[in-house]
Amino acid sequence: MELLRKERVDRGIKVRTEGIYAISGWQEMLYLLMPRLLLIVGLLALPLILGPFPYWKRVINMMCAYAILSLSFDFLANYVGLANLGSALFTGIGGYLSAIFSLKLGLPVFLAIPLATLMGAVLSTLLILPTLPLRGVYFAIVTLMLPLLFCRIIEALNILGGTNGISGVPGFEKAFVEEYTVILVLLGFLFSLRRLVNEDFGLVLRGIKDNDQAVRASGINVTWMKAIAVFVAALLGSFVGSYMVHLYMWAGLSLFALDFSVIPIASVVIGGGGTLVGGVIGSFILVPLSEALRAFGTLRIAIYCIILTVFIVFKSEGIMIYLQRKYHQFERWVKV
Amino acid sequence: MYVLIYALINSFILSLISLGFALVYSIARIPNFAHGAIYVATGYVGWLLINRLSLPFPLAIIVALIFSALIGALIYRIVLIKVRGMALSEIIASYAIGIAILEILRWGGLRGMTFMLPVLIPGSVEILGVSIDYQRLLILGVSGGLLLFLYLFTHHTKTGLSFRAIAQDERASLMLGIDSDRAALLSLSIGSAICGLAALFVLPLGNIVVEAGYSTLIFALAVCVVGGLGSTAGVVAASFILGFAQTLTEKLISSHFQMVVALLAIIGTLILKPSGLFGKQKELEERV
Repeated sequence: MELLRKERVDRGIKVRTEGIYAISGWQEMLYLLMPRLLLIVGLLALPLILGPFPYWKRVINMMCAYAILSLSFDFLANYVGLANLGSALFTGIGGYLSAIFSLKLGLPVFLAIPLATLMGAVLSTLLILPTLPLRGVYFAIVTLMLPLLFCRIIEALNILGGTNGISGVPGFEKAFVEEYTVILVLLGFLFSLRRLVNEDFGLVLRGIKDNDQAVRASGINVTWMKAIAVFVAALLGSFVGSYMVHLYMWAGLSLFALDFSVIPIASVVIGGGGTLVGGVIGSFILVPLSEALRAFGTLRIAIYCIILTVFIVFKSEGIMIYLQRKYHQFERWVKV
Repeated sequence: MYVLIYALINSFILSLISLGFALVYSIARIPNFAHGAIYVATGYVGWLLINRLSLPFPLAIIVALIFSALIGALIYRIVLIKVRGMALSEIIASYAIGIAILEILRWGGLRGMTFMLPVLIPGSVEILGVSIDYQRLLILGVSGGLLLFLYLFTHHTKTGLSFRAIAQDERASLMLGIDSDRAALLSLSIGSAICGLAALFVLPLGNIVVEAGYSTLIFALAVCVVGGLGSTAGVVAASFILGFAQTLTEKLISSHFQMVVALLAIIGTLILKPSGLFGKQKELEERV
């Protein structure tokens, strides 16, 4: 019997497009641009395509919001090595700040959101700062507890509207502004994060993930670098929180809810960790799925968790890495 | 006096619900975030056995304990065995399983305040001027007995000794022919059975609700983190500290703050001394 083995070889066009030859012909340029254009044009066209279905247009907003959160999780987990199980902390702080800014200070929506995003990120970073030297399980436990702590403190002290929340937050004036704000911000964050992780700064962060002692021995302040990374991730999360508050015109304890921590993690695992785009694709699959399953009530969370576990166990690379492999390489059987 | 006695009982309850978590972490090095879910699931199964199949309570306890041990073993055998050693995946996978179990239970009808387990011996007794029901005294007995049993088990049986060996040095024990997967499987099922035992004795004090799953996980984590992950002496000491702290805050401020105390204890301990009071972790493993 003849023994065969599967071999993976890079496609010729992939090798050609790696250097200056990328601009040698339209085929090469298209090979590089196609996937990116597909995402950008597809996202921008989505609200127009779904024009007749106002309900599903709301779903796009949620989808993009969760995509931003999964970018934040993916960046911290796979580029810095910090397992942040509490993205809800960022959304909660950003959301409440935005509500306070627009109601107490009377700021317009387009001033309140950036200000809340920035302030929220600073506050979250300061909160997480003392726990930054922690590693692995320890950091995960702390971040899991922080949003719960905030939830309980607001409940117990009955501040910031207590369990009723703050209502009457001004919303967006036009529907298309509401949609395109989040889509453009998502694209902006996605491409700038991709750029960031390929800069020197990203290299240092990956160094911290692989061997923080070596980075420290090179005279780089590890905690400071981690703090900047957390700030970036918190920026993304706080934006989602403040956007959500203006979308629903309400800020409440549900901003600290488990959904904001669990769905991004599930999306990243499904989409493929460490690719950044993976989390976006994962949330584009999970969020509409969860809307379609709305009839099942809280069973939805159980369904994501089961999908998540199945992916962790059977397909831990995720969809994006699988697709990338198919796009860049072909497989053939060769004799051993 | 009232505070003192109730704080003592609260401490024993805390140590009972966190022993299972501590055992699994110290042997298999797996933070079993499905702990709270196993707790509620065992309680619910106990309720089903008593009310639907009308089994007598002692028999129902035994069946429910076997059930919880089986869940623990299945979780390890099917899922956790594949992600062992990857801290992030272990946490995410076990947490996901826990949430899945809890939400399926909620969907399956575990809602509202109608689910109550019966107490083993009804009635109460007056000690030093404070009336205490027998169930609370029973909890004292059960958790004391469990601690004694665990001590004897880990010091005088072959399986228990191999557990300790794995906990001390996994590679060296592999060389001596101890199957680490088998030990981890057993530890997870024993840990879950202890968690189930806690559920069957502590849950009769209140209702079986899904939210108890989340709070149990937090209390167990708080006790284990304060005491030092993977240390049994730490669990006992920390549950006394937290038990007294919680009862005092409940008495002095309000019962809303019970959870805040646990959460602050976790965060505070991790910031100041991540290895906890009795932890033997190396400094480099936990922080930079």
